[in-house]
Amino acid sequence: METNVKSACETCGLYNKAGLKKLGIHTDNFDFVVALAGNPNTGKSTVFNALTGLKQHTGNWPGKTVTRAEGGFEYNTQKYKLVDLPGTYSLLSTSEDEETARDFILFGKPDVTVIVADANRLERNLNLVLQILEITDKAVLCLNLMDEAERNKVDIDIRTLSRDLGIPVVPTSARFNRGIPELIQTISEIASGKIVCKPHRIKNVPKNIEKAVKTLTENIEKEFPNIPNSRWIAFRLLEGDKQIINALRTGEFI
Amino acid sequence: MKDNNIDHIIELSNELRWQIGDEFHDNLTESIYADAAEIVKDSVKTQDGEKRFRLDAKIDKIVTSKTWGFPIMFLILGTVLWLTIVGANYPSSLLASLLLDTVHPILRSGADSVQMPWWLSGFLIDGVYLAVAWVIAVMLPPMAIFFPMFTLLEDFGYLPRVAFNLDSLFNKSGAHGKQALTMSMGFGCNAAGVVATRIIDSPRERLIAIITNNFSLCNGRWPTQILIATIFIGAVVPKSLSSFASLLAVIGIAVLGMAFMFGVSWALSKTVLRGEVSTFNLELPPYRPPRFWKTIYTSLIDRTAIVLWRAIVFAAPAGAVIWLISNIHVGGDETIAAWLINGMDGFGFLLGLNGVILLAYIVAIPANEIVIPTILMLTVMVTGIGGGAGAGVMFELDSINATGDILKAGGWTLLTAINLMLFSLLHNPCSTTIYTIYKETNSVKWTTVASVMPVILGFVVTFLVAQIWRLIF
Repeated sequence: METNVKSACETCGLYNKAGLKKLGIHTDNFDFVVALAGNPNTGKSTVFNALTGLKQHTGNWPGKTVTRAEGGFEYNTQKYKLVDLPGTYSLLSTSEDEETARDFILFGKPDVTVIVADANRLERNLNLVLQILEITDKAVLCLNLMDEAERNKVDIDIRTLSRDLGIPVVPTSARFNRGIPELIQTISEIASGKIVCKPHRIKNVPKNIEKAVKTLTENIEKEFPNIPNSRWIAFRLLEGDKQIINALRTGEFI
Repeated sequence: MKDNNIDHIIELSNELRWQIGDEFHDNLTESIYADAAEIVKDSVKTQDGEKRFRLDAKIDKIVTSKTWGFPIMFLILGTVLWLTIVGANYPSSLLASLLLDTVHPILRSGADSVQMPWWLSGFLIDGVYLAVAWVIAVMLPPMAIFFPMFTLLEDFGYLPRVAFNLDSLFNKSGAHGKQALTMSMGFGCNAAGVVATRIIDSPRERLIAIITNNFSLCNGRWPTQILIATIFIGAVVPKSLSSFASLLAVIGIAVLGMAFMFGVSWALSKTVLRGEVSTFNLELPPYRPPRFWKTIYTSLIDRTAIVLWRAIVFAAPAGAVIWLISNIHVGGDETIAAWLINGMDGFGFLLGLNGVILLAYIVAIPANEIVIPTILMLTVMVTGIGGGAGAGVMFELDSINATGDILKAGGWTLLTAINLMLFSLLHNPCSTTIYTIYKETNSVKWTTVASVMPVILGFVVTFLVAQIWRLIF
C-alpha cells in the first residue's frame, strides 16, 4: 500500500488529482458504469482517452469509433468502467452504430451517461441530448471543444443551460485536458447520488400526440412502476419499433 | 397475467398509432428541434456569427472544388508517398546492415560455439530470425514515415473532404459515398477498412464496401510496390528521374486499385447487389491543427508498432516454413519448395510471373508483408546464387541494388516487375482480413467472393498484360 502525503490542493474536492487513477483497459470489479455518448466528431474519443489514460486513436472524421471501446479509471477508491459509444446524430433511426449506442444506454443501464457535445454547434447537438434525457435521468453534459468556441466567439451561459436541461453541464477542452477534473468530480457525484438530475423532457409536442403518449405512459407505468423512461418507450411504441416491443415482452430494459 | 397486460399495452399502442397518423416521426423530430432552439436562444450568444468558420469555408472551397479537388488529392498522396520512398531508403539499409550483416553472423557463430545441431540453428537462425529481421528492415522505415503522415492528415480533417470529392464517383458506381472513408482506412490496413464499413447503414452498400476494400493497397503491400518500382521502373529512365518515375508507378498502381474498386462496385450493384443508392449526410468537420508530437507518438505506438508486431508474428513461422520446405526432400534430391516451384512455373509464365512468385504468395497468405523476403529467399535457392548461405536462408541484402541483382539473376524482366506490382494489388486479402470479413458479414458465401474474386481478377489482368507485352516486344 502506498501512503502519500497529500497537499491541500490535491485533497480539494474540485481538483482531486490524488484520488484519480487511470486504469487503462483494466476494468474488472468496477463499481459504476459510465457511458460516453454524443454526436460524431465532438471529441468523445479524446474525452475517453483523457479519462482512462488510454491512447485510442482519435481521428478528425465522423464515424471514427464504430465499435464500443472500454476503459477504466479509479476515483476516490471507487472504480469506474467507461464505455465509448459510436457517435450518432439521433437515436430514432436504425443504422448499426446508432443501435449500438441506443441499446447500451437503454439495456446496459449505465450509472452515468456523459453526453459529449460540440460547444460550437450546440443547437444541432441538442437533438441527441434531448433524446438521451428521455431515456436516462443520470446524465451530465460535457460541453467539449470550448477552446474552439472561444476562438469562434461563441459565448455559452453554462448555468442557464444547466438549469434548462436539468443536468450538470461541464465545459471542457479535452484535447488540452481542461475541465476533465471537474467532469470526473461531477460523474462521481451523479454516480453516488449526490447530484440528482431532473432532466428536461421534450415539450412542444402536438396536443393529439401528447395525449396518446400520456395514455400509453400511464399504462406502461402501471405495469412497470419506477422506470425512468416510460415516456420514451411510449414514443418508440407509437413509432412501431419492433425491438422495443420485443424488449417489453422480455422485460429486458427493467 | 403479466403477458396479458403487455399485450394490452402493445395493442393500445397500435390503436393510438392509427389515431395520430403517420406524421408522428416528423412531429416528434420537430418538437425536439423546437425545444433545442428555445434552449439555445436563452443560453448561447454568438458574436459576429457570419465570420465564424470563414477560414474553414475558404479552405473547403479550394480542396473540394471541381477544378482543384482532384489535383490536390493526388498531390497530397504523391507527397506522402514520395517522402516515404525517399525517406525510407537510408534507415532501411542501416537496419539491414545491422540486423543481417552484424547480428546474424554473431548468432551463427554463437550457435556454432555451443555446438547446436545444424538443423536447429538453421531452423531458428536462418529461418525464423532472418525472416523477422528482414520484415523489420523492409517494413519499419516506410511505416514509421507513412503512418504518422497519414494520421496527421486524418487529424487535420482532410478525409471527409476526400469523401466529398469522390462522392459522385461512388454514386455513379452504385456505392455509398462513405465508402471513401473505408477505402482510406484500407490504405492503412484492409482489416481495419472492413471494420470501418459499419458506418454504412445500408447492408447492400456495406457489402460492396467490404468486398472492394481489398483494392486499397494496404501497408503490407506499399513496401512491395515501392521496392519493385524503385528497382525496375526507376532503372528504365535516366537516373535523375528515377525516383520520380518510381513514384508515378506506385501512384499509378494505387489509382488503378481505385479504378478497380469503382469498376467492381459498379458491376456488383448492376448484378448480384442491385439496389438504390442511399442518401446520407456527411459532416465536414472543422479543420483542427493536429497536435503534432502527440499524433506522431500515438501513430508510432498505436499503428506502427502494432502492425509491425503482427508482421513479426507472422514472419517467424513463415521463415520456419520456408526453411523447412527448402531443406526437406521429396523422392529424389528435389526439395518440396523446388518441386512446388517447378510445378507452378508453367502457369506462372502464362501470367508473366514465375513459380517462385506464386509460391511466395501462398506462403504469404497470413501477411502480405513477407512476400518480398520470401520471393528473394526462394529465388536465391532456385538460382543457387549467394555463395555459402545454404538452402532456405534469406539472403543478406544491404542495398536495393543487391536485391535487384538477385531478382535479375532469377530471370526477372520489366514484365515480371510490372505484373508482380499488378498481382500484389489484385490478389486475395490476407488471412486476418478474410477472417474479419467473415466476422462482419457472417456469411461464408460473401467471404469466399471477397477472397477469390480479386485473385481471379489478378490472373486475368496479369495474363492479358503478359500476352500483349509479348506480342509487342
